[in-house]
Amino acid sequence: MKRPKQSLRQVFAVPVVLAVLSLFGLIAALTGDGLRDGLSWLALGAPVLAVVWAMRFRRS
Amino acid sequence: MTRNSIRAWYLVHKWTSLVCTLFLLMLCLTGLPLIFHDEIDVLTEGPPQVGMPGVGSSSDTPGLLPLDTMLKIAIAERPGEVAAFMAFDNDGPLMTVTTAPRPDSPSAQMTVLVLDRSTGKLVSQADESGVMHFLLQLHTDMFLGLPGMLFLGFMGLLFTAAIVSGVVLYAPFMRKIAFGTLRTSRSTRLKWLDYHNLLGVAALAWTLVVGLTGVVNTLATPINRVWQSRELAAMTGAYAGKPALERSRYVSLDKAMAQARKALPGTSPQFIGFPGGAFSSKHHYAVFLQGDTPLTQRLLTPALIDAETGTFTDARPMPWYNQALALSQPLHFGDYGGLPLKILWAVLDLFTIVILGSGLYLWLGKRKTSVEAHVREVETGGTAGAPS
Repeated sequence: MKRPKQSLRQVFAVPVVLAVLSLFGLIAALTGDGLRDGLSWLALGAPVLAVVWAMRFRRS
Repeated sequence: MTRNSIRAWYLVHKWTSLVCTLFLLMLCLTGLPLIFHDEIDVLTEGPPQVGMPGVGSSSDTPGLLPLDTMLKIAIAERPGEVAAFMAFDNDGPLMTVTTAPRPDSPSAQMTVLVLDRSTGKLVSQADESGVMHFLLQLHTDMFLGLPGMLFLGFMGLLFTAAIVSGVVLYAPFMRKIAFGTLRTSRSTRLKWLDYHNLLGVAALAWTLVVGLTGVVNTLATPINRVWQSRELAAMTGAYAGKPALERSRYVSLDKAMAQARKALPGTSPQFIGFPGGAFSSKHHYAVFLQGDTPLTQRLLTPALIDAETGTFTDARPMPWYNQALALSQPLHFGDYGGLPLKILWAVLDLFTIVILGSGLYLWLGKRKTSVEAHVREVETGGTAGAPS
């Protein structure tokens, strides 16, 4: 579990990607239907998948 | 990050969270079924049987009944009352007529009639006593009207401050821990601390957007009042001194609608505000038109039609504050991207419940511990400080 200290950039790398994907997903469905809805589901699904992944592989 | 700044952010996080948590829990719990409002209505009442499925009541498709006829049918159901609003649907022939003793009666005295514009039948009288309506009232203003709404808006602002301070504390906490780490077997406190951090940072953008758009929605009443006193007053300035128009002299609604459509081609009506109501002058039908693209559909332009002569007076796009309100509604409700988006909304809502619940647990468990011990806990990623 012991790791070297992470920089601020390392700490926030994944959270920033999740936030950008979420915002993209929130806006995509607002600007159209069909394909844009699909992209929205995928993008807003990212934070949910990240939690599922952590519960599956990161529990100790 | 210095120990002093961690201490300051910890205190901001603790107090903003403590004040808003119980209200936010109520909002998340009542909001969960409200996400599926439409689906629940169809399940409990069955899909409505309509004469011309798929034909929007907002269109001027031949076969749809005239608006004047629909108004007569509605008023016959509520003798002695007058119409305050008439609203349309783009996807089906159902429409609503809102009646009240006066056009400007308080909303508690209004009755919403759902009618089928293709058959002229009364489908239902919107139910104000059901469970869903109760949840909606609780979620909107806790049955306290405008003060309740504004209070919940303030709770939303505190929630935003709690999210921001939580993100700031995430940095020192995670310095030696990889993203997604969940130490579930060491102590209950550490387990919930990790879940609190992971869920909080994963759902960050969604909680901020839904929180802040919720705050904007609580400002609906003041926003509409500003629109009335500035924009509406300016658009109807030439009529300012005139007495209210006699109801017997109102021109045909269909004539007024035709004028509004002619003035703004490529739009369809979302609702009509009747003369004397909150969304019109004493002399005008205010026809609120929406664009025909997914984005402009949200942004309304009122066309004011002289209710005596049926001529077009003015049309101006809503100002930025009304447009912000219009865009805040879908972003808060999650009803703009089909069922999968609603399901994601529900999952993220459940995440938020766990964030709030674990936060409460973390506070309850170590209330008597010193602030310094909590700061140590943040600094060390949960391994030292508040003893478990």
